[in-house]
Amino acid sequence: MGKVLELENVHKAYKLGFILKKKPVLKGVSFHVNEGEIFGYLGPNGAGKTTTIKCILNLIFPDSGRITIFGEDSLRPRARQKVGFLPENPYFYDYLTGREFLAFYADLLGIHGQLREEKIKYFLKLVGMERAADLQLRKYSRGMLQRIGLAQALLNDPALVILDEPMGGLDPIGRKEFRDIIVNLKKEGKTVFLSSHILQDIEMICDRVAIILAGEIINQGYLGDLISEKVLFTEVIIGGVPAAEFSHLGESVSTSGDRVLLKVFEEEKIDRVINLVQQNKGKIISLLPRTETLEDIFVNMVKNQ
Amino acid sequence: MKITTIALNTFKEAKRDRVLYLLFFFVAVCLLFSRFLALLTVGDRVKIIKDVGLASISLFGMLMAILMGTGLVYKEIDKKTIFTLLSKPIHRAEFLLGKFLGLVLTIFIMTVLMTAVFMLILFLHTFAVDWKILLAILYIFFELCLMTAVALLFSTFTTPILASLYSLAFYLIGHLSWSLEMLIKKVKSGAGRVALRVLYTVLPDLENFNFKTEVVHNLPIPGKLLGVSFIYGVVYTAFLLLLAMLVFRRRDFV
Repeated sequence: MGKVLELENVHKAYKLGFILKKKPVLKGVSFHVNEGEIFGYLGPNGAGKTTTIKCILNLIFPDSGRITIFGEDSLRPRARQKVGFLPENPYFYDYLTGREFLAFYADLLGIHGQLREEKIKYFLKLVGMERAADLQLRKYSRGMLQRIGLAQALLNDPALVILDEPMGGLDPIGRKEFRDIIVNLKKEGKTVFLSSHILQDIEMICDRVAIILAGEIINQGYLGDLISEKVLFTEVIIGGVPAAEFSHLGESVSTSGDRVLLKVFEEEKIDRVINLVQQNKGKIISLLPRTETLEDIFVNMVKNQ
Repeated sequence: MKITTIALNTFKEAKRDRVLYLLFFFVAVCLLFSRFLALLTVGDRVKIIKDVGLASISLFGMLMAILMGTGLVYKEIDKKTIFTLLSKPIHRAEFLLGKFLGLVLTIFIMTVLMTAVFMLILFLHTFAVDWKILLAILYIFFELCLMTAVALLFSTFTTPILASLYSLAFYLIGHLSWSLEMLIKKVKSGAGRVALRVLYTVLPDLENFNFKTEVVHNLPIPGKLLGVSFIYGVVYTAFLLLLAMLVFRRRDFV
């Protein structure tokens, strides 16, 4: 599996106004993205996610370090030949209609004539924007801009698709559709670089992740390696038994009516909980073992830093 | 091809700019006003119409170039449209050149429209067509191209308001620098004269494009002067664009 994108020790600092003092934003970022995978780039707001992406796309220049796309130095425009990009909060020429907008980018990418029309039609359908195609972008909602933006990113049939917070402005249905599109891109053999702070999305679809915090990569690897299968605790919802009965077995999180939500940390105590419920003629409504999630890892790391 | 696409999009954007139509309205008013001004004049009324007309085209053309040119790149950065644009495999130089050509195309069309109105008013007064006027307007257009490059250069690194002020200063200096040439002739040779000569070479001389007097008063225009002015315009514009590209080449879009 070849490396599609590689960053080696990338540093970037922004100047603060007229004062010569510089604020470091990226402090030696290194990671690589393998061919054909969905790579999640995770970090809280202000961690340096967008700055990293801008460095990759040559919108800002790193102070030091090296970035290669398909083995080509990212400073060369040719390196971006097979790259598609959807920015966070996409901003586009709002006086163009959706169709004109795609035509403009197709022209820029050297796609003309019949092929251009076919591609526009295909991608409008893919992102579900056929009906709004002849509406000016100024009349689009944020979710619609996100969709047309994705179409724009895919026009040149890119081998690497870079998406910066792609699901930010979408409703739950939209997010599911976007996830499906991203998974399909992987099936087509494309590599996807996805930056997000919505952990569920990353957990659901990404193969590998890198976590960035305050400009430094603090962890990276396969999701399976990062998340342990160990059961952290078991959530038990019990009906008909007062919460006080379980105080020695676990932590009662909430009660509503005659229902109790109990957090049991030791596995051997679960049987005792079940026995106690049966003795009190109550019932177990649900029993859910909770394994570690990406969110747990993420929150722990942020806390530790 | 990429340059053409950006240029056509810039033209499309410029067409939507209300400033353009406002300025065009003022040109039309000025041209009409010249007709009334002529009525108050003793002597050659046609000369007044020609003089005011050419000056209006030059002045409002310059305002178009500055007001729209200074916003060209700034708007793309401010509205963040540049992010998706430059993430495509295009050179920053291609982007700038596209923007420049798009605005030059807009100004060309506006100049043609202004000229049409002007020629019509003149024709209604004289019932004759003076083709020499077109020569003066052609050189006004060359000057406007240069001013567009000036505005574009400033717009690559500063806000539209400051860029407009700088461009205006450039325009004023450009139209007054000829007096340095007069001064050079009067100063004795020495360090002072050399310094003046250097200053005159560096500063723009926009009077090179001014053939209004010759055309209005029907004076002969030497072919050599036209040639030199044309080359001066091309070289200076190319120099400004190159400078803009150099500034823009390593700029971070935060």
